[in-house]
Amino acid sequence: MREQILEILRKDARTSSEMIADLIGSDAETVAKEIAEMEEEGVIRRYKTIIDREKAGDERVFAFIDVRVSPTRGVGFDDVARRIYRYPEVHSVYLVSGDYDLRVVVEGETMKEVAFFVADKLSTLDGVLSTQSNFLLKKYKEDGDIFDDIEEDTGRLLIS
Amino acid sequence: MKPISQTVEHYPPSGIRKFFDIVSQMDDVVSLGVGEPDFVTPWRIREAAINSLERGRTSYTSNWGLLELRRVISRYLEGYSGLCYNPENSVLITVGVSEGMDLTMRTLLNPGDEVIITEPCYVSYKACVELAGGKAVTVEAKKERDFVVDPKDIEAAVTDKTKAVLVSYPSNPTGAVADKKTLREIVDIAVKHDLYIVSDEIYDRLVYDGEHVSVPTLPGAFERTVLLNGFSKAYAMTGWRIGYAAGPTEVIKNMMKIHQYTMLCAPINAQNAAIEAIVNGAKDREDMRREYGRRRRVIVKGFREAGLDCFMPGGAFYAFPNVESTGLTSEEFCEKLLFEHKVAAVPGTAFGACGEGNIRCSYATSIEDIVTAIDRIKAFVAGLK
Ligand SMILES: Cc1ncc(COP(=O)(O)O)c(C=O)c1O
Repeated sequence: MREQILEILRKDARTSSEMIADLIGSDAETVAKEIAEMEEEGVIRRYKTIIDREKAGDERVFAFIDVRVSPTRGVGFDDVARRIYRYPEVHSVYLVSGDYDLRVVVEGETMKEVAFFVADKLSTLDGVLSTQSNFLLKKYKEDGDIFDDIEEDTGRLLIS
Repeated sequence: MKPISQTVEHYPPSGIRKFFDIVSQMDDVVSLGVGEPDFVTPWRIREAAINSLERGRTSYTSNWGLLELRRVISRYLEGYSGLCYNPENSVLITVGVSEGMDLTMRTLLNPGDEVIITEPCYVSYKACVELAGGKAVTVEAKKERDFVVDPKDIEAAVTDKTKAVLVSYPSNPTGAVADKKTLREIVDIAVKHDLYIVSDEIYDRLVYDGEHVSVPTLPGAFERTVLLNGFSKAYAMTGWRIGYAAGPTEVIKNMMKIHQYTMLCAPINAQNAAIEAIVNGAKDREDMRREYGRRRRVIVKGFREAGLDCFMPGGAFYAFPNVESTGLTSEEFCEKLLFEHKVAAVPGTAFGACGEGNIRCSYATSIEDIVTAIDRIKAFVAGLK
């Protein structure tokens, strides 16, 4: 039940409890209760809107910063990550395997602003060995949503 | 000019056609009249086809179809229903189930041989039988039985001319799914009277409550059943034109003869795409099935709220609500609904006279369109009172 509700809400967070109930063969009350419980437990954190920033005229820049960290006694990955993610300009932070340890997504008004943030705030943190910045040039797909406008016109007949 | 063949000249066009011609002249129509998935073919399958074109695979294939495709189908059938078909001589790749049906009838029938068909049914069955020189004997699947045929009616229709019985569940247009007991009884009748069974299982993967029962798995059925299936519905591949027939070697070999002369082979690119569908398409297929299953609940509830009697279809992607309470015939209902409220549906009578009183509504349509259509139907029905 939860899995089904989440799958539907992931696609459209505005789907009503009534509609979800119809879709999965339950009743609106049960669904609403389940959703409330998931909100309570933090399974559902909050509901956001997916915006095509480019179309919205939003010119902010994004960069993926690969950060190498040398954890020391008393300062682990979590500590470094926490110091990083508290900055509002930090969009997301992941601990990853491979050559780098943290993948940080930073947003800013201009490239310069992002670059300064990295130089000033990230690379100077205790435990941070190096950073490598990659600026986002074009977003094709994010979180399952395709931002690349090529219309698929199926030309399906109306009656067949 | 001399007249063309009398058989063809006087043959009626498909009942779906008429509505299509009207709808294509109108704007803003929400269509529940579509008999194919609204999904585009899953990307992995399209990509496999692009790759196959890039590699220059543009030739004819064996008349039987690519051996690799026949092998993966054979393995798939074994894993799915435990059936063992030799890919060398018991599986034929066809241009959709459409061609498979035509080949089956032309292979099985002598002039005047009878085939028992259950109506309401897919529009091509009767035509395939009759154009092959056979006689279609129709029995009625009754509303009271949720459109699952009563085997007794089939038995009553058997004569010494009967050659085959055609079975098709899940059903287009009703969405009915036959239970195992009913299917067993039909098989028993076929065994008793030594009839072939032609089983169109094109919607086998679109079953929402419970498991599909494949007819040739039933005792006594395997050696007398031509199993027809394809990729159109399960993998959203209608335009690729690809299907297969599996059955007794003697029958399939002879179907191949006609296919060899009339079709040569199914399109190679579609065959390569079909390999990808069978081998790696299960998840995409299942995702689509789940989606249809949800829409089905919404549309059925909508009809019931509109005051139309509608049973919960167990498979395919059609609901078959009853409109008799409105006092209109199926055709009147569909026409008015289309002209006055811009919703297209197909009158049940397009699928046989006994479809009178019902309309076929496809839920292979986005949930938004289904909601809009239901709102309009509610307004329409309320306005009739
Ligand atoms: C019951 C049934 N059989 C066969 C077909 C034709 O399938 P194909 O695309 O494989 O020719 C359809 C298509 O609507 C159908 O509904």
